[in-house]
Amino acid sequence: MSSNNKTAIKNKEPFFHITKRKHMEWYQSWTVRILAIILALVICAVITSITTGLDPVSVYGTMFKGAFGTQRKIWILGKEVAILLCVSLALTPAFRMKFWNLGGEGQVLIGALVTATCMIYLKSLPQPLLIVVMLVTSVAAGAVWAGIPAFFKAKWDTNETLFTLMMNYVAIQLVAYFVIVWEVPKGSGNVGIINQNEMQGWLPVIGDYKYLLNILIIAGVTIAMHIYLKYSKHGYEISVVGESYSTARYVGIRVGRIILRTLLLSGAVCGLAGFLMVAGTDHTITTTLAGGRGFLGVMVAWLAHFSPGGMILSSFLLGFLERGASEISAMYQLNQSFGDILTGIILFFIIGSEFFIHYKLSFRKKAGKEGEE
Amino acid sequence: MDNRIAAVSMRNIKKVFGTVQANDGVNLDIYRGEILSLLGENGSGKTTLMNMLSGIYYPDEGQIYIDGNPVTISSPYEAFTYGIGMIHQHFKLVDVFTAAENIVLGLKEPGGLDLAKASEKIRQICDNYGFDVDPNQKVYNMSVSQKQTVEIVKVLYRGADILILDEPTAVLTPQEVDKLFAVLRNMREDGKAIVIITHKLHEVEELSDRVAVLRKGRFIGDMITKETNAQEMTNMMVGHEVKLNIERPEPQNVKPRIRVDGLRVRSRDGILKLDDVSFTAYAGEILGVAGISGCGQKELLESIAGLKRVRSGTITYINDDGTEEDITGRNPVDIAAKGVALSFVPEDRLGMGLVANMDITDNMMLRSFRKGRSVFTDQKTPKELAQKVVDELDVKTSGLSTPVSRLSGGNVQKILVGREISSSPTVLLSAYVVRGLDINSSYTIYDLINQQKKNGVAVIYVGEDLDVLLELCDRILVLCGGKVSGIVDGPTADKRQIGMMMTRLGGETSDEQ
Repeated sequence: MSSNNKTAIKNKEPFFHITKRKHMEWYQSWTVRILAIILALVICAVITSITTGLDPVSVYGTMFKGAFGTQRKIWILGKEVAILLCVSLALTPAFRMKFWNLGGEGQVLIGALVTATCMIYLKSLPQPLLIVVMLVTSVAAGAVWAGIPAFFKAKWDTNETLFTLMMNYVAIQLVAYFVIVWEVPKGSGNVGIINQNEMQGWLPVIGDYKYLLNILIIAGVTIAMHIYLKYSKHGYEISVVGESYSTARYVGIRVGRIILRTLLLSGAVCGLAGFLMVAGTDHTITTTLAGGRGFLGVMVAWLAHFSPGGMILSSFLLGFLERGASEISAMYQLNQSFGDILTGIILFFIIGSEFFIHYKLSFRKKAGKEGEE
Repeated sequence: MDNRIAAVSMRNIKKVFGTVQANDGVNLDIYRGEILSLLGENGSGKTTLMNMLSGIYYPDEGQIYIDGNPVTISSPYEAFTYGIGMIHQHFKLVDVFTAAENIVLGLKEPGGLDLAKASEKIRQICDNYGFDVDPNQKVYNMSVSQKQTVEIVKVLYRGADILILDEPTAVLTPQEVDKLFAVLRNMREDGKAIVIITHKLHEVEELSDRVAVLRKGRFIGDMITKETNAQEMTNMMVGHEVKLNIERPEPQNVKPRIRVDGLRVRSRDGILKLDDVSFTAYAGEILGVAGISGCGQKELLESIAGLKRVRSGTITYINDDGTEEDITGRNPVDIAAKGVALSFVPEDRLGMGLVANMDITDNMMLRSFRKGRSVFTDQKTPKELAQKVVDELDVKTSGLSTPVSRLSGGNVQKILVGREISSSPTVLLSAYVVRGLDINSSYTIYDLINQQKKNGVAVIYVGEDLDVLLELCDRILVLCGGKVSGIVDGPTADKRQIGMMMTRLGGETSDEQ
């Protein structure tokens, strides 16, 4: 420990350090988020003009038009947002319990598959009865699909992330099998529109608005989910289990039972989403029916910190970006990836802004001058 | 000793965490050949200050001098180059390595991994100061006190001559404390500068030459230990006059309440944690439970509370009229359904007793949310209860909707204890209720517990501070390795005797080991 050694190390003061913020008022956090979006738009504009030479303002205009341009586009956006919201709502109770249900995709598909099965094999039933049977069976199927990993988690503490993820592939393969069984015409690889003429098992249409019923049902689910999570005893138990198993046991909550019950609910709502897609809007089934919503829903739920109200906003944002991006690609005949790049940048900034809401960067103060003499 | 140069001088040190001023303009001198006690309540900034000296934190403002030269310490490694070594409260050892392997781990000098040479050097250090370390023993086979010794040797091995020990006695038995103090004195004679961080006054008096007091991040003063006394130090620590004795009202109306018979409990890995434990807890008295940490205290309380599977033995609740309820192996809801009002303040407050991210109101309904037939929770009653607890126990919070994780330790504990006693229990189980609490909060808690005792509650108090157990409890049950080592009478018990019983069943051999 010589003394020149001591003087050698000097003023290597860190340039900044990160500290956790205590609390931020809502208007401050929203300012941060809006600033993040503006910044993201500016960066997207620069990238757009550098890589494509297009005028960024008109690209943004196109994006906007893609989502809101015509009445039809607005309805499509509404339908997309609603179904995405439905899947996200389904995942929320599980996520609040810190059960990472990544099986939304499979749970939606299995609900859809059961719906299609009913429409094909039970079409002789009276219409109202058929719809009730479809609804009940598809919801039950979704519940079972989520219940299996939940049972294993509750009983043997298996890893739910892997288990639910794997269940997706099982569901996709099942759907692929039945698509071949049902394909019309043979060899086309398509089921086509089911019951096109008689429309057995099709959900009724309200007036001329063929997506309105779905949107209304999902609005109802949103409110119900909000009340369930916030005010019911079940919702309270979910929060306690999510925070700490030992607290839950301490007050006599049976953790395994809550896990199973909550996942049955989570899967059931996914099954409902599958039912609404097949019976309400698509009237067909493909392996890509869920279209990644089981995963996009994860992001919607996280962005909104698992609050159903916030998820209306976040699913709207993601729905808008997706519709807008595909419009850009179509209009300017760009690769689909270009729209995805823009979407990615915007999401990156929005998610990144959460860091600045929870943490603070403190830069070095001008105090460390002592060592200079 | 007059014109000595301080080994370390800290001048005008400031450190802010978020909105908390952890250190505010602290000046401190540390001398060689002297043991300095850094005294202060929890949260007074002692550990933060020492962490800045050992390179874990960097001060926002202020300057540190080593032997009169201004220095910048921005990492623990740099602290070592100045001869500063810190022994933390939570040991930083690799369990599957031997003592010697742990000691040389991370050394950058060439030949640092020559274990034979290292063992030789370790033996030398041990002989010098009177440590007892086997360089080839694996850490997982060591007792807490041995692990601590390895930590100290590790620091000495790296040539530290300024040693900082953060609450070194918290986990030791009285006998182990004596041994530790002896080696610390040897090190002082060898001219090392030693700082111990503590909040126990008798340790300050017994060991140190000088004492420096911090309060709420500020330096209050330093004194020669011989020239001060416990009362003066407490007043400096707390900032106002406090009385230092705990009440022990005479037990009234004592009758059996909980009878534990031949209790045997295994941990999840099948290790026997409680072996043939039998005792009776009486209504209207406080039964203390003493023991080295991890000797079955937790399992004992959890099995009574219905949170642990009981292998054999029975737990019986005795009603006022003498009728008995068998509550062995029942879960907490069943126990409550039998009309047994049992409250439990667990060791892990935020991880078990409370939900850290929920607000005060939601935490109040943890026990009672099932009440009523409605599918919705009752939000009104818990809110009233929350307000009552906050008012009566003087909880400092910005509102009832503040998450409990944002409250200070003392306030968290008040919320938990407040909720548990609000259900007017007949049995109160408590584990380490004052751990980490400042003096005022601790005394509030002692008062609450005494109040429960006066109300005829059977209190089982698991504690770690023997002095408190001796002052508060009517009887003390001593656990040793999951067995009952004996039950002694509180007012007449002797600390050393309990210390012996903690390390050896019955504790009958009173000779030096």
